[in-house]
Amino acid sequence: MAEPILSLRNLNKSFGPVHVLKDVNFNAYAGQVTALVGDNGAGKSTLIKCIAGIYTPESGDFIFEGKPVQISGPRDATALGIEIVYQDLALCDNLDIVHNMFLGREEKSGLTLNESAMESLAKKTLDGLSVRTVKSIRQKVASLSGGQRQTVAIARAVLWNSKVVILDEPTAALGVAQTEQVLKLVRQLADNGLAVIVISHNLNDVFQVADNIAAMYLGSMAAQVDKSSVSQNDVVRLITTGSAETVTGGKK
Amino acid sequence: MSEQISIEKSLSDWWSRVKAGQVGALPAILGLLVLCIVFGSMSSVFLTPGNFANLLTQAAAVTVIAMGLIFVLLLGEIDLSAGYAAGVCGAILVVMITEMDYSWYVAFPVSVFAGVCLGGFIGYLVAQLKIPSFVVTLATFLAFQGLLLLIIGEGGTIRIEDPVILSIQNKNLTVLNSWLFFALAAGAYLLGGFWKFYKRRKAGLIDNLFKFWLIKALAMVAIGTLATSALTVERSNNPDLVSLRGIPYVVPVILFLLVGATFVLTRTSYGLHIYAVGGNAEAARRAGINVKMVRITAFMICSGFAAVAGMIFVSRANSISPTTGGSSTLLYAVGAAVIGGTSLFGGKGKVSDAILGGLVVAVIDNGMALLGYPAGIKFMVTGAVLLISATIDAVSRRGAVSS
Repeated sequence: MAEPILSLRNLNKSFGPVHVLKDVNFNAYAGQVTALVGDNGAGKSTLIKCIAGIYTPESGDFIFEGKPVQISGPRDATALGIEIVYQDLALCDNLDIVHNMFLGREEKSGLTLNESAMESLAKKTLDGLSVRTVKSIRQKVASLSGGQRQTVAIARAVLWNSKVVILDEPTAALGVAQTEQVLKLVRQLADNGLAVIVISHNLNDVFQVADNIAAMYLGSMAAQVDKSSVSQNDVVRLITTGSAETVTGGKK
Repeated sequence: MSEQISIEKSLSDWWSRVKAGQVGALPAILGLLVLCIVFGSMSSVFLTPGNFANLLTQAAAVTVIAMGLIFVLLLGEIDLSAGYAAGVCGAILVVMITEMDYSWYVAFPVSVFAGVCLGGFIGYLVAQLKIPSFVVTLATFLAFQGLLLLIIGEGGTIRIEDPVILSIQNKNLTVLNSWLFFALAAGAYLLGGFWKFYKRRKAGLIDNLFKFWLIKALAMVAIGTLATSALTVERSNNPDLVSLRGIPYVVPVILFLLVGATFVLTRTSYGLHIYAVGGNAEAARRAGINVKMVRITAFMICSGFAAVAGMIFVSRANSISPTTGGSSTLLYAVGAAVIGGTSLFGGKGKVSDAILGGLVVAVIDNGMALLGYPAGIKFMVTGAVLLISATIDAVSRRGAVSS
């Protein structure tokens, strides 16, 4: 397998007496979708927040594009090109798609907003993601469906030449057709050369879209495996027992 | 290159937005028309040029307070003390000019600065200490009332004789200057619009609202022409003695504030951040917006506008009194903003809403007074109109979410 763009080595994180992440290793590869699975409380969110710079781990190495880096805040992560799309999306209903995509990082010409530059770039980004479901990119986000809102949130994350995009439960609240649409978009991101990390509870989604699967169990990385080498049952066992034996194919 | 979209299409787009609950200024415009027709048919004085000019000066102070309030309402907050902030700043202005002999160009900036400071204090309590703005400004409502009494002192009412301050509400542009002013304003409005669409077209973007905008712009220019002609007619009962013609000075003042505030809200990133914080403060925070700073500055702008309104009050009454900016002032201002289409839930509204709503409030006040209704009926009708607007706001909000 190629060099990972993002690699975490022996990451540890505690909240007071609770040891949440125990020597976690994790890799993400450019052009691939890495699914992060695990039961509730396994430490998925904590791991993601360490990558995004929201939490600072006590120990462990953070290697980005082959070089060790220090991430001590969300700004550091953003500067490296790591973007996160939260489960609750965090969009402003009363703003249109363009303004939501550029919120906090508006294009300006002098004092004023450069609306045409923002609109053109937003259009280009959405076209690049093969998004054709939105009628007008000047419509308010309030009028969009759940899948379209997810699309806007993802487009917002890839607008900045980002290299790693983290999606937290992107299909959790969506119907069948919309889930399909978002999974296609996730695949498209990876095909465009980004490293995509997807947190999901839905193994059907994971097997449809992921290239490799990282399963966490009680704060440890149970295994990070290639999708083709495991079955859905193996992944369920990894999530529920943390045992890697079944995966290597020993016993049933 | 750029796709042309028919006028029917843009009108039907607009109609589907109306149906989806984004009614905008439509109810206020209809309301204003209905009120003018009703009062015009019932009173022979209502539709005269003299009363029209009177209406504008009556509406001025409340409108300016409402314009500032819109910044705060857009965040989903409220400033109940804006009325008395106007009173306090007006008192500072009068005391500095009358008792301390400062010129107006020193006293007025000082009073506006004082307003900004009052707003900064409120904003700090709301944004930093997270006290609900309703409670903070209820407290400052009482405190500013006290401050006003203290500044005015024992005498009760202080007169002002500064000609510049008095001219704002009592003098008019000459007929020639009125038309020049109108031509300038209309020209700038049209050119600004054309420039915007020209730039969009150059960037290869679809301009589906151009024809719609053109209709609106032409309607605005027509209304402006009508208003200017009405205001340049002789309004004096005794023209040989005193001539009374032209646009009152307060109109350009308000238009200047309108253009400035609209520019900030629609063209700058600060304005976008105000809408964002009002729409979803958490999303704004995650996008890296300094939410606290946006909150504090919005309250500063609100009280700064109140200070200008204080000057307008003083100019109209020729004096400052302990009740300036009190009684129903603030409620009328909030009413004006909401009637104009600004949402009390935050995130939706325009500065021009204040003008439209301020006119509706002033028309009710003025029309019912002309018809000789007692104050009790007047208040009840104004209350009912506010309630209708708040209902439209709440219902349209529900419609927008469910779609």
